[in-house]
Amino acid sequence: MTSTKSINEPTMATTAKDSPSSIEAKGLCHSFGEGDTKVQVLHGVEFSIRRGEVIILMGPSGSGKTTVLTLVGCLRSVQEGSVQLLGEELNGASETTLTQMRRRLGFIFQAHNLHESLTAAQNVGMGLEVHGIRGEAAWRPASERVLELVGLGERIDFLPEKLSGGQKQRVAVARALVGNPEIIFADEPTAALDKKTSKQVVSLLRRLADERQTTVLMVTHDHRVLDVADRILMMEDGRIVEEKSTSESIEIPQ
Amino acid sequence: MITALLAKVFGRLPIGWLQLRHNLTRLVTAVGGVTFANVLIFMQLGFMNALFETSVMTHRMLDAEVIVASSDFRSMREANPMPRSRAWQAMTIEGVEDVIPMYLGQMFWTNPLTDDTTQFRVIGVDPDQQVFTVPKLQAQLSQLREPDTALVDRKTRDFDPEIEQQLAKGERLEIEMSGRRLTLIGMFAQGASFADDGSLIVSDQTFLRLFPQRKPGTPTLLLLKTDPSWKPETLAATINQQFPEADAKAFSKSAFIDAEQSYQARQTPIGFVFGFGVAIGLVVGLVIVYQVLSTDVQDHLSEYATFKAMGYAPRFFLSVVFEEALCLAALGFIPGFLITNVLYVIAAKVTSLPIEMPWSRPLFVFVLTAVMCTASGAIATRRLNSADPADLF
Ligand SMILES: Nc1ncnc2c1ncn2[C@@H]1O[C@H](COP(=O)(O)OP(=O)(O)OP(=O)(O)O)[C@@H](O)[C@H]1O
Ligand SMILES: [Mg+2]
Repeated sequence: MTSTKSINEPTMATTAKDSPSSIEAKGLCHSFGEGDTKVQVLHGVEFSIRRGEVIILMGPSGSGKTTVLTLVGCLRSVQEGSVQLLGEELNGASETTLTQMRRRLGFIFQAHNLHESLTAAQNVGMGLEVHGIRGEAAWRPASERVLELVGLGERIDFLPEKLSGGQKQRVAVARALVGNPEIIFADEPTAALDKKTSKQVVSLLRRLADERQTTVLMVTHDHRVLDVADRILMMEDGRIVEEKSTSESIEIPQ
Repeated sequence: MITALLAKVFGRLPIGWLQLRHNLTRLVTAVGGVTFANVLIFMQLGFMNALFETSVMTHRMLDAEVIVASSDFRSMREANPMPRSRAWQAMTIEGVEDVIPMYLGQMFWTNPLTDDTTQFRVIGVDPDQQVFTVPKLQAQLSQLREPDTALVDRKTRDFDPEIEQQLAKGERLEIEMSGRRLTLIGMFAQGASFADDGSLIVSDQTFLRLFPQRKPGTPTLLLLKTDPSWKPETLAATINQQFPEADAKAFSKSAFIDAEQSYQARQTPIGFVFGFGVAIGLVVGLVIVYQVLSTDVQDHLSEYATFKAMGYAPRFFLSVVFEEALCLAALGFIPGFLITNVLYVIAAKVTSLPIEMPWSRPLFVFVLTAVMCTASGAIATRRLNSADPADLF
């Protein structure tokens, strides 16, 4: 695993697996609730994402995008169907396996979820301690580099309460990137950001995909950022209904 | 500084401590709760130990290796007399060099000037014998050959300062006790116990005049001086074998002290009362610490869920909660210990009880506190399960 390496070390994050596919979902179904209140929200979702691809998942509210993200991101147990993540089958995987898999992933949530008691550097450092890089002295340099990368070089030792919403979101991005994840999952990461920062964040993700072969799966409604994607998957009522290349996506009606 | 220390101890960023420090009100509440529990526990232990200690103060003063009491001996206060023939029998046993009879009884005295009533333990001994280990006291014993004289405990509870001054000047003081005149001729220092306000030492002859119902030749205790080459425990066992009728029982001095203390601990409600007090202290601390820790977990659920999404395993969260528990235990203990030291001095003054801080007690209380906080933490961690990373998106 190369996930312990910091993002701006020159080595490429080439986790050379036999399969070039990073995420592969087959017949993925999911229901919430039990008995009478049981509602099926995914009806056989199928897609395949190669390493180094940037994929945007779009669709109307309630179509199941977030559910797909939590399932392939090891945050929920797969009920029915198959998900191959980095060559591992997630259906039937134990909680321990899921926890270990999560360390190879990076998440960017709509809410930043920073720890209020930790400085920016410490919040980012938590993304390295999980890989066994223990102690401030050990992770500090990497933490600083990533914060500089997201344009927060001046705010390294600030507590979240001293940062603006956009700055907090960028700390959260830095935290997701610092462990050098093989796949990044993002759910509307730019919702809280202004146009300029949105652009910065998504182009950073694009660069990671190009330089490190990091796979990016992003849910967004933000038309300003669609051009970074290799492909766009359209969801409706718990199914992938359409796949577009980037050139087509520009014509998507608002 | 604490952060750096904890980082070393836990080998990770001390999130628990940083979290506690971030919310000062909560930290102060929790630390206050632990401090309160600590002081409560310390005071209970202080009083309980004082009880045990005061109950054996007379025992400790006895200059004897082996002590014989009636076979139903439980406590010096309730000890029954035994036949003097046991003394002669004991003398014949190899290793026993001398036998000194001791008479014990309780008597009230009302100070005619203040109307205060004092309950004395009256100790009757042969003034020509070496009875006590305290040299200052032993030196005064010979004066008791004069009939109807007594030595009084200057640390008697609410001892009249005028009497003390008078005796300190070397003057004598005549008092009336159960219809007899008694002359106080000197003082010694022992202290009050829960049962008695103080002690009075008289000659065996005076004792029998004060307690006419006690037949001569029926001492309460026999103090045995033994050959130093014999182990007191072995000798006590031998003596017990040799007494034909089981009406007397021999103890080594330390076994005698233990017997009295274990009686006080188990048979009197006082041991239970103070043990209960300690338990209350623990419960109060437990509830406060649990309350604080579980609110703290509740407040950080989304952060914890994020850490779960980042791949932190369940034991990481347990260790954060335990880190918090240990911080609270340590931070609450320090002021608790300091406050207790002040309160001990005050309480000792007010109650005339020997309330002291043995070195082992802070250790014991700290361990109790740590266990208490850890238990609270363990209950609080149940809430961790509701940190679900799937709810984050
Ligand atoms: N924890 C849950 N319990 C019950 N139903 C849920 C739960 N989470 C989602 N759902 C339901 O599942 C369906 C799909 O939800 P999901 O969050 O995946 O949609 P989405 O495409 O992400 O929508 P949005 O664009 O609004 O975020 C919705 O009908 C939603 O009400
Ligand atoms: Mg959603």
